[in-house]
Amino acid sequence: MPNVSLPQYSVFNITLLTLIVSVVFTFQASAEIVHQERSMYRNIIVEDQGDLRCLKFNVKRSKSSQSCFYKSNPHKLVFNYTKLLFSGLLVVDEPQNILIIGLGGGTMSNTLHQLFPQANIDNVEIDPAVISVARSYFGFFENSHVRSIVQDGRIFVKRAALKKQKYDWIILDAFNGDYIPEHLLTQEFLQEVKSVLTEDGVLTANTFSISELYNHESATYKTVYGDFFNVRNSNNSNRVILGNVKSLPTNEEILQRVAQLSDKLQPFGVDIKAIEGSLTSTADVQDWPNDTRILTDQYSPANLLKQ
Amino acid sequence: MGIELLGGRILAPYFGSSVHIWGSIITVFMLSLSLGYLIGGKLSTKSASLQHYGTIFIAAGLTVLPIALSAEWLMESIFLAVEDSRYGSLLASMVLFFIPTVILGMISPYSVRLLVTHHTESGHVAGRLYFVSTLGSALGTIITSFYLVLLFDVNNIVLCFSAILTLLGALAITINKTQLVRETANA
Repeated sequence: MPNVSLPQYSVFNITLLTLIVSVVFTFQASAEIVHQERSMYRNIIVEDQGDLRCLKFNVKRSKSSQSCFYKSNPHKLVFNYTKLLFSGLLVVDEPQNILIIGLGGGTMSNTLHQLFPQANIDNVEIDPAVISVARSYFGFFENSHVRSIVQDGRIFVKRAALKKQKYDWIILDAFNGDYIPEHLLTQEFLQEVKSVLTEDGVLTANTFSISELYNHESATYKTVYGDFFNVRNSNNSNRVILGNVKSLPTNEEILQRVAQLSDKLQPFGVDIKAIEGSLTSTADVQDWPNDTRILTDQYSPANLLKQ
Repeated sequence: MGIELLGGRILAPYFGSSVHIWGSIITVFMLSLSLGYLIGGKLSTKSASLQHYGTIFIAAGLTVLPIALSAEWLMESIFLAVEDSRYGSLLASMVLFFIPTVILGMISPYSVRLLVTHHTESGHVAGRLYFVSTLGSALGTIITSFYLVLLFDVNNIVLCFSAILTLLGALAITINKTQLVRETANA
């Protein structure tokens, strides 16, 4: 490429940048951008809106926040889907080893460490910039029990399986600006995840319920984990899959557990009773057609199906 | 380009979707194309014929096959041997894509040799050829990434590419044969 064109490009870039910035400021007058950086994978934006601080990927889709917290009350969880992930606790009593794939602001890790100080928590995040933003702006902390690993989730799980590592709770929450990366949606990946779960371990996966992909995901999960539970509440578009549940505790046990947990979880804004009420088993209701094509490493046009 | 694009998909289960995956794939493709151009150009100086041209296509079609048929165990063993996913993905791209891409790279200069009949038009022919091949690359990229992955398994797409290359090679050889027959008949 001739050298002459370079200055033109940068002038163009600056104009574009000015345009984008001005557009963002016009439309979100009340929101203040606290931090913005372009990482290897995406634009990372930290935005304050009053007491609420949110982590966002990419400017245009500013509606979709990855993680939010209240500055005055960092304990309280903001997102419904984050709360839905706690359905895992209905099945696992006292998790010892927790694996979180997809860090976001690190709020899940922080919360779980407060609930279970003795549990080992591994946070796997592909983008080092997200980890440092989580540390600086969302109070994400690490210690002898909590660590973060910069790696692709798929590779981490594969290596963990080789080392015969086991987790009793695995939380899949990896999103790029768009949706879940394709290679983290396939049957092969879910099998690999299953291989690092303990016998009684449980999987909670955050997914969207309003997408063409919904049926494909459901069908794929079922081939690996058998019947699973859908956890959702009416006021959002997320659906948490609760999988690898051999047998759900009896009603009495669940009620007992709900009673134990509700006080513990209440400071975090998690209503475990409501969550328990919103569980539906795919054994009772299968809401996708039987002939749905499953997602595999060979066939996973995930981001194309989404539209 | 279609294959390069699928490369990302093929490597992802073992080496993830980090930035360095594309770094590995593009490096290997560029490296092998450059070697392919060099070798193809050299080859074209010695008794260039449609027969040889067709053979290059068939060789490309055949060497593409392992991408579909042996990728699994190749990547598995590289994954086990190399801890660092950067070098793992580089090595895997090398093993899977180097040979077929070198051979595919040989096609361009060889085509120039076959199409140029007079040196004054060589620039024109080369220009047209770049036009066709780069446009083809663009089409291959968009069709593969927008449509083919939505319809077919990755392996089936690779096998399909292989079949097309082999057929084109066979076609070139057949045309060559019929021309020879005609020439002998005329003589």
